[in-house]
Amino acid sequence: MRLAAPPKTRPVRAEQIILFRVSGQLLAVSSASVQEVRSVDTLSGAAKDISLPSVRKVRQTVRRGENMLYVVNGALHFGLPASHAALVFIFRRTRTALLVDGIEKMTTMTRLQALPSAFCHEEQQWYRGLTALDQTVVPVVKPEGFLTPDELSLLDASLQPKEIAPANDGLAEASPIEAAPMNVGEDASFTQ
Amino acid sequence: MSPIPDSDSFVLLRLGERRFAVAAGNIAELVAPSRIFRFPHRTKEIEGVILRRGRIVPVCDVAEKLIGKSLTSRRFYLIVQRRYAGQVEWIALPVTGDCELIFAEMMPAGETDMPHVAGWLSHDGDVIEVLNLAALTPGPTPALATPVPDLASAQEAHP
Repeated sequence: MRLAAPPKTRPVRAEQIILFRVSGQLLAVSSASVQEVRSVDTLSGAAKDISLPSVRKVRQTVRRGENMLYVVNGALHFGLPASHAALVFIFRRTRTALLVDGIEKMTTMTRLQALPSAFCHEEQQWYRGLTALDQTVVPVVKPEGFLTPDELSLLDASLQPKEIAPANDGLAEASPIEAAPMNVGEDASFTQ
Repeated sequence: MSPIPDSDSFVLLRLGERRFAVAAGNIAELVAPSRIFRFPHRTKEIEGVILRRGRIVPVCDVAEKLIGKSLTSRRFYLIVQRRYAGQVEWIALPVTGDCELIFAEMMPAGETDMPHVAGWLSHDGDVIEVLNLAALTPGPTPALATPVPDLASAQEAHP
């Protein structure tokens, strides 16, 4: 029993992605969506603790310019065992930063398959889709999927009024990393 | 309910000691088990995904729903075509034995049958459930589903 040949692959442009790990799980994110990568150690002075039982995955906030970022624990978000986070990704055009174990490498994907419809719960918000790299399937995360609008509202409400970020879709462009390929650890804009 | 093609051909699949049928028109392939890639998600019926001819196919163990226990061993993946609102996608169902193509007449399911039963076949002295894949495998509720015109566009989202 065989079906007709798979659909023709349309010409696609390549997209730079960062492969990273959360609690050992390999994930990917578009490098264009990452504004900055920092060592967790560099956050410690700037981060403020926050405790909201309904949004346990956020334990810290960081002020960047006029914006307040919520630091999401990737392991808690995905329901994975706790792990030691060494890096934090600061995403563009979101109010989210993500704690991750580390970066595996940067690479290019040429095809992104939509998450199959059989996955029908929160994961549809978590991922842009799946990509196959070197015979491995890697989920590509959606930066805006780490905190829902409801969760953001709850977090905002838990802060003092003076700490709430002004309505603003963009973030201050401080120390951006470029979307262009780079070797992790060798690029000057990669803040450690 | 999943539409059953006009043909009277069915594929019998084995789960443990029991056999079930799927309309042959809903079958894509029967393949040997391959590596399952797992990643975080919240759809408990889905184990992970396999790579098959360039496509990423979710693996759904339906044994627990059909025979009350998960499979401890699997011999093949029966890749079926699952219809969603306006699109068709592949799903791999682990099975424990050979599959068989048969021709038979299906009796439609009755009102008291479980939702996953599309009908009944009589074959080799057995009465066999014909599976309704839309009720058996997970998917978005119809109200939330976004229609996509064909399989190619449904399964590919280019960067």
